[in-house]
Amino acid sequence: MAQIEEVNVDQFRHLVSERALTGETMLLNMGPQHPSTHGVLRLLLELDGETIVNAIPDIGYLHTGIEKNMEAKTYVKAEVMTDRLDYMNTTGNNLAYCVAVEKLVDLDVPERAQAIRVIITELQRIASHLVFLGAFGLDLAAMSVFLYCFRERELILDILELCSGQRMMTTYFRPGGVWRDVPVEFEPAVRNFIKIFPKRIDEYEALLTKNPILLDRLVGIGILDAKTALSHGVTGPTLRASGVDWDLRKSRPYSGYEQYDFNIPIRTEGDTFARYIVHIDEFRESLKIVEQALDNLPKGPVQSSNRKFVPPPRSEIGVSMEALIHHFKLWTEGFPAPKASIYSAVESPRGELGVYLEGDGGPKPHRVHWRTPSFDNLSVINKITQGHLVADLVAVLASIDIVLGDIDR
Amino acid sequence: MDKKLEKIVQDLQAKFSTSIEEFRDEAHVFVKAEHIVDALTLLRDKYEFELLSALTASDYYPEQKPRFHVVYQLTSLARNLSVQLRVQVNGDQPKVPTATRVYDVANWRERELLDMFGIDFEGHPDPRRILMPVEHEGHPLRKDYPLGYEEPQFTFNYDDIDLKKIYAKE
Repeated sequence: MAQIEEVNVDQFRHLVSERALTGETMLLNMGPQHPSTHGVLRLLLELDGETIVNAIPDIGYLHTGIEKNMEAKTYVKAEVMTDRLDYMNTTGNNLAYCVAVEKLVDLDVPERAQAIRVIITELQRIASHLVFLGAFGLDLAAMSVFLYCFRERELILDILELCSGQRMMTTYFRPGGVWRDVPVEFEPAVRNFIKIFPKRIDEYEALLTKNPILLDRLVGIGILDAKTALSHGVTGPTLRASGVDWDLRKSRPYSGYEQYDFNIPIRTEGDTFARYIVHIDEFRESLKIVEQALDNLPKGPVQSSNRKFVPPPRSEIGVSMEALIHHFKLWTEGFPAPKASIYSAVESPRGELGVYLEGDGGPKPHRVHWRTPSFDNLSVINKITQGHLVADLVAVLASIDIVLGDIDR
Repeated sequence: MDKKLEKIVQDLQAKFSTSIEEFRDEAHVFVKAEHIVDALTLLRDKYEFELLSALTASDYYPEQKPRFHVVYQLTSLARNLSVQLRVQVNGDQPKVPTATRVYDVANWRERELLDMFGIDFEGHPDPRRILMPVEHEGHPLRKDYPLGYEEPQFTFNYDDIDLKKIYAKE
């Protein structure tokens, strides 16, 4: 055991300006226990008065070793860990993982399962954006929006509970389909949501979009240009607010997204207000996708019939010996994947959620890497907050919508 | 492989004498460590691969030569293409030139690889651990690093376990 060194400013010496060494600027620690850092983000701020000279993020307080843990589990068991990455977008993580596994082992997914996946993922995207909007308002001292957003989010979590029995950590999607078909209450519940939610979006907008206090704090703050954004690997709404038309649902459709008619909201300003507006517009587009998918929900099975990868239903086990063997093999050993690697990505509410998945010929992955959008989006924070006030940093941080579980993995 | 991608891969092959693996429509191009910065610059400037989507590594322990593969996943927004570059690195003193001058995102991603795999990126402007605490010993994602516990050493298996613990010796 090495001697634990006291963390001092020396390790940040090459990151702060010369003036910090002479004491002309002040170094201030913000977080990891700070309500507006959205979890356990620590920022080392170098301040000249109240103006930010440097904002140096220090991450890893929520590191749980998910990538390492997944290497020790079979492909199906490892999926449970994916919910814990970005805890605002649990089913989206499931989708990213399932799409990756299906690509690695070359497994087909029935159309009904794909449509269900799209509905659930888009509802989850709305839920995630609702948390964004609530926390965004809260950070800018607009308390009531938070309460309204969580009221609507509750409706979505109820729908998730209907389908999977869990409100947040659902693990509802499985390689080859979804865990079980949606119950009969599913459609009325989603229809009810589609009916009431557009009015609620207008309510949020009435509270925020033209609010002069809010505009003063958002417009022209934390401007991110497209070139810097791309070089820093920024994706998702943050990139689209900087004028780059890039959404994986459109450019590289997965899970049947090519069937749906929806737009990609783009803003060119790249400031905090643009990022906020893109999130609001995405509510409406996601709702469109949900409605179309629900209207055209195909009938049929919700799991692949490939018994080498998907366990047989209970009814088959009693009458078929092969089914019993498959059941036993899949739940004890798991299915093998080829000795090869793939990279597949989906559009999470925060950006490109990529999975690098490598098999070793056995039932457990050799390596799983999560390319999480919040990690790359946060890396740009120093560049876009320099010269702003500390209060603006809070607004910018809220607008890039980071989730620490997504960053630290 | 996509026709447009094929041309790019051929160009890479001509310039850096690379080898190629294909799997499920993905192109994995093996580049030598000394060429990686040039290859990335070429792809970014000539072929519009503006986005370094992922930068990660994979450990093939107990194999030592090459022990690691460093993986660069590149995306071109303008052409809607993806290509993967891979650099093979040996187990003793793994070193790769840094890509931070080409893509800013490489800064944090390379710090993560330094932290998790102990791969040195030569010329990196800020070589600190990023996820693990500064005083942590060893590199968690290496295959010889135990998962969450240390195996107790007894007289009968002392040498066996000692072999697996090279991460703790320095």
